[in-house]
Amino acid sequence: MVYGGIMAIKKDMNLADPLFDPAPKAVPSRDGFGKALVELGEKDPNVWVLTADVSESTRTHWFAEKFPKRFVQIGVAEQNLAGVAAGIAACGKTVFVSAYAVFSPGRNWDQMRVSVCYNDVPVKFHGSHTGLTVGPDGASHQALEDIAITRVLPNMVVVAPADAEEARKATIAVAKLPGGAYIRTCREKMPVFTTENTPFEIGKANVYRDGKDVTIIACGECVYESLKAAEELAKEGIDAAVIDLHTIKPIDEKTIIEYANKTKLIVTVEGHQVNGGMGSAVAEVVSESQFPDPVQVIRHGIHDQFCESGESFDLLKKYGLDSEGIAKVVKKAVEEKKR
Amino acid sequence: MRSMPESCSVQRMNGGAMVDRFRINNLKKLKMIANTIRQDVVRMLFEAKSGHSAGSIGLADIFTALYFNVLYHDPKNPQWPDRDRFLLSNGHVCPVLYAALANAGYFPKEELLTLRKLGTRLQGHPHRGTLPGVETSSGPLGQGLSQAVGMAIVAKAEKKKWRVYAVLSDGEHQEGQIWEAAMLAGKYHLGNLTTIIDRNNIQIDGYTEEICPLEPFAEKYRSFGWHVIDVDGHNVKKIIDACEESKAIYEKPTVIIAHTIPGKAISFMEFLTEWHGKSPKKEELDLALSELEKQRDSIESDDF
Repeated sequence: MVYGGIMAIKKDMNLADPLFDPAPKAVPSRDGFGKALVELGEKDPNVWVLTADVSESTRTHWFAEKFPKRFVQIGVAEQNLAGVAAGIAACGKTVFVSAYAVFSPGRNWDQMRVSVCYNDVPVKFHGSHTGLTVGPDGASHQALEDIAITRVLPNMVVVAPADAEEARKATIAVAKLPGGAYIRTCREKMPVFTTENTPFEIGKANVYRDGKDVTIIACGECVYESLKAAEELAKEGIDAAVIDLHTIKPIDEKTIIEYANKTKLIVTVEGHQVNGGMGSAVAEVVSESQFPDPVQVIRHGIHDQFCESGESFDLLKKYGLDSEGIAKVVKKAVEEKKR
Repeated sequence: MRSMPESCSVQRMNGGAMVDRFRINNLKKLKMIANTIRQDVVRMLFEAKSGHSAGSIGLADIFTALYFNVLYHDPKNPQWPDRDRFLLSNGHVCPVLYAALANAGYFPKEELLTLRKLGTRLQGHPHRGTLPGVETSSGPLGQGLSQAVGMAIVAKAEKKKWRVYAVLSDGEHQEGQIWEAAMLAGKYHLGNLTTIIDRNNIQIDGYTEEICPLEPFAEKYRSFGWHVIDVDGHNVKKIIDACEESKAIYEKPTVIIAHTIPGKAISFMEFLTEWHGKSPKKEELDLALSELEKQRDSIESDDF
């Protein structure tokens, strides 16, 4: 019997070839965001960008250099960052605000809720340095709760791009939406495995790999590691589908239900607390749907704890979010399901 | 409810020439409008059976000055792109905003009595998009100034003629966000921004200077790069003059610290912190209205 292997990667997704390059092109996803801002700035004079003293590290300095009149340096004041953005957006502008996710939306959730979402104005939050890959800065700087606190808000779209190219597309896509949005990116250089020709549509999950035993639904930095995990699992006879759930809200119920039906087992993988995160969102969809056979959802991520300092990849390994750790969790889930 | 005798829109014509339509400069008329707004507010709060009385009543003179003299706006075209922007930061005093908007002609006055009721456009705290003339949602304190600063930054960058006005409470200056915004307004020399602080000295738990002192208020703002004007917040003429003065200050934002009496003009409400967050009962409504009617007669007979 032949299991999926690399053959199971869906061709119409136009992923990088070779997909598992031993020395892949590695770029932080925040770079894709910064690049998109410049593209947007060139096309649309109504695009404004604000930052809270982190222009270089959130890659908004590229926009600032080209369009200084539409760039506002707020200083270390994330509440004001969100509020000023709401005021600018109320004047018919599309406003991007950029800071580390632990501060925005971490510090300014109330402003996000009332000044942005309740006003229903087009402010697009970019939270960089999310997940464990912020690395040595430690737990205070690891945004592991941002999906939970943003997806609960009305008039808010939540996107966690898988790499720099997807981050670029996501940034351009949210600029076109009428209301608020949140994009989370990572600090660490990560393989760019999607291409310009990989589809991207807000609210439409990308199925990168088909499979019949289990579905891995991942977002952000965990998607590529999940693809690698699926490759390893195939060698052990486990045929895993891999879905990039880049848009957490509005969630792609159709694709989730389709794969819940197909594989009866879903493992979600995220660099975020499992409580309230992407996995919870998937579990919500599954639990409210009817299936002919029981469907199980296992949430893999950070389990109700603060983490610690360390190099990014050492942290991913320790908390089981590298391909090896993901494969282990998926294998266990498959075995337990069989019993 | 009393009806307004004339439309009160004040427009800025295309091409930059300023033309006043129906701007009310007659002090007696303005005082009558403030009295009408007070009557409307007590009726609204009585009907709603909850809400914030003292602050709303205390701001009647300031809202009269703004909506019937200072602001360039058009109640028949609330989205007029060149309108002055007015933001209410302390949303809990929205009854006075709603009464001013209705009297200016933004929506029918009868609707005022639907305040806080199911299905109303007059939400318990203001909601942008629900009611014409409401520029921002507010309620959670401290958020209005940042938005006003954002609007003023756009107007300045794009060399627009419109100005930004905001009313803030004194108590909400205990929120850190206000000072973040005040600092940024100083940085950008926002001469097109005028704020009015309702300095009524009360907040829910007591007097501001006992809860967490705000003084020296003016010095704080001056040190943040603002032009500061202290006024009697019940003197409509002086409020208008202070707003005019602010237009002449090109290089700095202006804050008008308007000293007001909470519940002003209603004897049993004045100065009392207990009236911050409650609405009048029937006998209190009747007493308030009879006092306000008497004041109307004296405005009528006064010589100016």
